Amino acid sequence: MTCWTNCGGMTMTTTLDHPATTARGAPAPVTMAAALNAALADALAEDERVLVFGEDVGALGGVFRITDGLAARFGEQRVFDTPLAEAGIVGTAIGMAMNGMVPVVEMQFDAFAYPAFEQITSHLAKLHNRTRGRVVLPIVVRVPYGGGIGGVEHHCDSSEVYYTHTPGLRVVTPASPADAYLLLRQAIACPDPVIFLEPKRRYWSKDRVELTTSGPGIDQAEIVRPGRDVTIIAYGGTVQTALEAAQAATDAGWDAEVIDLRSLSPVDDVTLVRSVRRTGRAVIVHEAAGFCGYGAEIAARLTERCFHHLQAPILRVTGFDIPYPPPMVERHHLPTAGRILDALARLQWDDHPDERWLGAGADRAGADRA
Amino acid sequence: MTPVAHRPTPGSNPVETALLPEPTARQLIDAGGQLVPGAGQLPPPGVLRELYRRMVIGRRFDAQATALTKQGRLAVYPSSHGQDACQVGAVLALREQDWLFPTYRDTVAVVTRAVDPVEALSLLRGEWHCGYDPYERRVAPQCTPLATHALHAVGLAHAARLRGEDTVALVLTGDGATSEGDTHEALNFAAVWQAPVVFLVQNNGYAISVPLAKQTAAPTLAHKGIGYGMPGLLIDGNDAAAVYTSVADAVARASRGEGPTLIEALTYRIEAHTNADDATRYREGDEVAAWQARDPLTRLETYLRGAGLLDDGAAAGLQEEAERFAASVRERMNSDAASDPAEMFAHVYRTPTAQLIEQRDDLLDELRGHDDDDDA
Repeated sequence: MTCWTNCGGMTMTTTLDHPATTARGAPAPVTMAAALNAALADALAEDERVLVFGEDVGALGGVFRITDGLAARFGEQRVFDTPLAEAGIVGTAIGMAMNGMVPVVEMQFDAFAYPAFEQITSHLAKLHNRTRGRVVLPIVVRVPYGGGIGGVEHHCDSSEVYYTHTPGLRVVTPASPADAYLLLRQAIACPDPVIFLEPKRRYWSKDRVELTTSGPGIDQAEIVRPGRDVTIIAYGGTVQTALEAAQAATDAGWDAEVIDLRSLSPVDDVTLVRSVRRTGRAVIVHEAAGFCGYGAEIAARLTERCFHHLQAPILRVTGFDIPYPPPMVERHHLPTAGRILDALARLQWDDHPDERWLGAGADRAGADRA
Repeated sequence: MTPVAHRPTPGSNPVETALLPEPTARQLIDAGGQLVPGAGQLPPPGVLRELYRRMVIGRRFDAQATALTKQGRLAVYPSSHGQDACQVGAVLALREQDWLFPTYRDTVAVVTRAVDPVEALSLLRGEWHCGYDPYERRVAPQCTPLATHALHAVGLAHAARLRGEDTVALVLTGDGATSEGDTHEALNFAAVWQAPVVFLVQNNGYAISVPLAKQTAAPTLAHKGIGYGMPGLLIDGNDAAAVYTSVADAVARASRGEGPTLIEALTYRIEAHTNADDATRYREGDEVAAWQARDPLTRLETYLRGAGLLDDGAAAGLQEEAERFAASVRERMNSDAASDPAEMFAHVYRTPTAQLIEQRDDLLDELRGHDDDDDA
């Protein structure tokens, strides 16, 4: 069998040659979509076991054009369209991986990945364990997720917690073009199955950076803005929102640290705990519904691990507990910098009880209902 | 005016009619153990004797496993008694380089593929893993969620083809599983990709308690093949010679690059679904008795004796061999299995995460604490 590197500590030193980078001067701007495309192309070029398949990924290049040009460059044997069936895509990927391939499959949209749920949770996540480590499934399931693009019903779900609640899966999500490249290369090199969540509203965001495979490991969070007073924890599409909020918070005199989680499972407890013990305050931001959301787990972990360092309850800024709203009203649902600032203001800076839960607020909390 | 069409007009290809099953199930040796005239070439005598030998051992193993549930040594065991010809005939038709994708009811098939029987019973014994190394005998872990493994077989076979390797994957399923969406997707992917896969549906009449009439309105399950553009064969699943020949033909066809085949084998589950089931609630004793009269072992034995390929001495020798096999399983299972709780955390990921190491250590501390309590 193949000798797999521990992807947690993976470093690669490949020299890369991208059209998006220039030999002299500053790198040309690159979008997240182009960075993902480059990551797939480089992985296909480097390792003949890598296969890319899914719905419309061939001639069309994917509905978001992430696989643009790959079928023409690498041929139909390695980049191909499948019948329109998500369980079939993940199920056959499992069989191919059992036979030595490294499949990178595309689910067209978050909510359209649900037909593959049984294959993902019952087999992709478990076969390594069920076979006592004999069957290795180095599969990447790419899922464009989240809202903010004016998508209609079923096109904007944040499905991360379905996967993070499944032992055996790694779940990662990039926030920037550079990290999209790095994280996808790491995911493809990883011997574990990886659910790779692509924040589709950041597909067209641009960076002027070299695309490189050196950087934090696949399971490491990154402090993208250092700060002293409060830790804002975000991932995927909300990292940029958190950075905007942190910038605006300086007006109120708050120096906010922003952590991009990158890996949702496993989570980088060490980076989170060190930061929150230092700042004493934390706010978690995500688009997905708050109830039983990813932020609930983070709040619980940080409370357990940082209790005596905390100056305030850990707060969450999340989407509402509603089906993802349609384009006409989605702006009311998505966390904004303003909402993050409102949460920052409630962090007990003057040690007064949070009025949200006092008086009439107690009714809201359900305290008087008995 | 040019007709609008995305594909050639149906019926324009004479091959299509060849995709439909014959009106009656293919049978080489009838229920009375007599050669069916004009039915085709029998497998050679050596193969027929081996089919019988493996069925005798498989039947005895199956009874032993059922007995082990009663002794508390197995948590559960789904018997394949009655389906012996499918279990053995299909597996013997495979070549060494081929793969078997079995379900929970196919332990006899797994053992016939020479997987260690005690390893094969690991999951049913209550272990968290499948017991055997799938790569050793090219046997996928026995699959519990219905039909999901059919897609794994298609992927594995397709990967072999991409690399130019001659490997065929055999999928075992039951009639109930044909209602699952994954069966549809697997048949469709296999046909579109012309993947070297053989699908053997062991139609034993019931999905636990639900009869076939409530699963499908198709004339036969084999008729489903044409809908995917692959041949559908209907065979007598209690005729080991017919099962062996049909699967071997389908394997050869797949190996030649001519694509997948769907085979429906008509058979019967003599025992209940598992030791936890009560089959008298949903089927009549007369029905069971009628199928017992079509026993696959008796049928082949009658033929072999009639053809001078088996005598009393050889038959007694096979019974002894089967007894020894069962006794060995019984003895090896007659101990309290010791499963290391720390290993539960070892294979969830290739390398355990920091969180899993933390949880493992917590559990080990807790267990040490209990030991201390016991000592006190």
